[in-house]
Amino acid sequence: MDRRKFVLCGVMWVAAFLLAGRAAAGDDVTLLNVSYDPTREFYVDFNKAFAEHWKARTGRNVTIRQSHGGAGRQARAVIDGLEADVVTLALAYDIDVMAEKARLLPRDWQTRLPHNSAPYTSTIVFLVRKGNPRGIRDWPDLLKPDIEIITPNPKTSGGARWNYLAAWGYVMRRELGDDSKSGGWQDAARVKAAEEKARAFVTALFKKVPVLDSGARGSTTTFVQRGIGDVFLSWENEAFLAINELGPEKFEIVVPSVSILAEPPVALVEKYADKHGTREVAQAFLEFLYSPTGQRLAAKHFYRPVEPKHADPTDLRRFPEVKLFTIDEVFGGWGKAQRAHFDDGGIFDQIYRQ
Amino acid sequence: MSAITTISAQRSAAIGHKPSAATAEPAWTRRLLISISLGFLGLFLLAPLLVVFAEALRGGVRAYVAAFADPDARAAIRLTLLVAGISVPVNLVFGVMAAWAIAKFEFRGKSVLVTLIDLPFAISPVVSGLVFVLLFGMQGWLGPWLAAHDIRLIFAVPGIVLATVFVTFPFVARELIPLMQEQGTEDEEAALSLGAGGWQTFRRVTLPNVKWALLYGVILCNARAMGEFGAVSVVSGHVRGLTNTMPLHVEILYNEYNFVAAFAVASLLALLALITLAAKQLVLIREQAAVRKG
Repeated sequence: MDRRKFVLCGVMWVAAFLLAGRAAAGDDVTLLNVSYDPTREFYVDFNKAFAEHWKARTGRNVTIRQSHGGAGRQARAVIDGLEADVVTLALAYDIDVMAEKARLLPRDWQTRLPHNSAPYTSTIVFLVRKGNPRGIRDWPDLLKPDIEIITPNPKTSGGARWNYLAAWGYVMRRELGDDSKSGGWQDAARVKAAEEKARAFVTALFKKVPVLDSGARGSTTTFVQRGIGDVFLSWENEAFLAINELGPEKFEIVVPSVSILAEPPVALVEKYADKHGTREVAQAFLEFLYSPTGQRLAAKHFYRPVEPKHADPTDLRRFPEVKLFTIDEVFGGWGKAQRAHFDDGGIFDQIYRQ
Repeated sequence: MSAITTISAQRSAAIGHKPSAATAEPAWTRRLLISISLGFLGLFLLAPLLVVFAEALRGGVRAYVAAFADPDARAAIRLTLLVAGISVPVNLVFGVMAAWAIAKFEFRGKSVLVTLIDLPFAISPVVSGLVFVLLFGMQGWLGPWLAAHDIRLIFAVPGIVLATVFVTFPFVARELIPLMQEQGTEDEEAALSLGAGGWQTFRRVTLPNVKWALLYGVILCNARAMGEFGAVSVVSGHVRGLTNTMPLHVEILYNEYNFVAAFAVASLLALLALITLAAKQLVLIREQAAVRKG
């Protein structure tokens, strides 16, 4: 290779490098939706519907790019500079961090959209192998001898944090009664005793976890595909999806006596959306989640819609009745729950180190 | 299996070693060792490779081809080729420069430089990725400045290239340094004393002396650049169709229960690896031949 060719090659590589950096330029608008693991299939459908809706309304094309992973990790990436126009994550705390640490959106983001900014809800159920060979009916059955439990890691996965809080909340409700306003919850000594029991329960539960994946989808494949574990603590929608994808002859869902109301919130990341000039379309994207189409698609993909009247009744019939408590009732909100249980040195770290 | 035996036969033929009777082990020991190592290779290398192709073709050829029609898969293939296409030439240039400096000159801090070159081998790829996030991320040292100038490195193609360059840096330099050191500086001194310029000396004396080792390093570097997962995963942001390389795309497809497509893309990666292996073998044989000739 002579010198001129050599130089020419070099110039071409640099040009390719620069061009690659500005790949997404053009007239049409692009949104980046950073989401958590189990929403993959839902947003494939929803993005298509929204693109049609936007085209009909404005005559412009919109492309929605997706990024999925464990919710905590995804939130971290957005804070580190993954420029999401909208985030659709597993729990409110991860978006709180974006607001507080990186000031990417206002602190009161959760009041900007209806229903605590959660257009769909879910809960935590048990996925077991067909015929329920280990006879798992409710939370205490998880602690039977020789049962292996699959859950992702609460440090990185939103779903796993809901799992953990559902288990903890089950014990609190058992000890203190249904209504947080009634007698039991006012009595500090009784609450403390209940917390001790909850801690013992959750400690015993996590001792039975052989693999802690970083996200919900990793855990699903661990349980479903690799055949590890007897019971998988799972998002309800993820459990339905696993059954749907891999056959009802292999798995079944067990609904515990009580579980947690999981509200996966959505938000506009104002700083990045304004930088990209996409605020209007990003806001429309989030509002479309609450529209009849959005609600219908959510129910189709096994999320419980907040406006069930828009959903297909046959989709709704798939959801079993579950007694649900909210995180506010039992834990006093995400901020408190996060600090007490999941922050560094919190209760999860303490029990996991034992 | 026959491929492996012929390759090793070629290799020993190329190297020209024949075990002499005095140093040879008893026949049963040799047979045992050979069958253990062949069994090991079969179980841990050949079987997984076969599984990849078998799973990829389980849904038939049509499903296999359909996996590559997906625009996200194509984008991943393009990105992988682009990343390898940038990081390999960059490392070629840097590797030659570093090896040249280390082998032909004496200077202070030379051993530090040698250690630094090995650094990417020594640390986990995930850590390599995190280093870039800590450096260029929004909360990192240079992140706010980059953001203010609207330069996006992390969670974009340049970040993926940087991470890949970092983890593949040692391959070229590591191949060249021992050879260049062994060759010494006499040839270059002769060329210079006969009136050649620096560039001319490098191009007509140094480069031909090391060309096979250089090619070998480039091939290894390329293989790693295409296959890198850990470091790239940390800096990618996993945006489909934009910042997903082939290895990341395989993971995504697998996690979406799309097993045929996952293994189809994996088989393409494996195929690239096999081609690389064949090219590497060819280069190795030539290199040995060149060494024997003198």
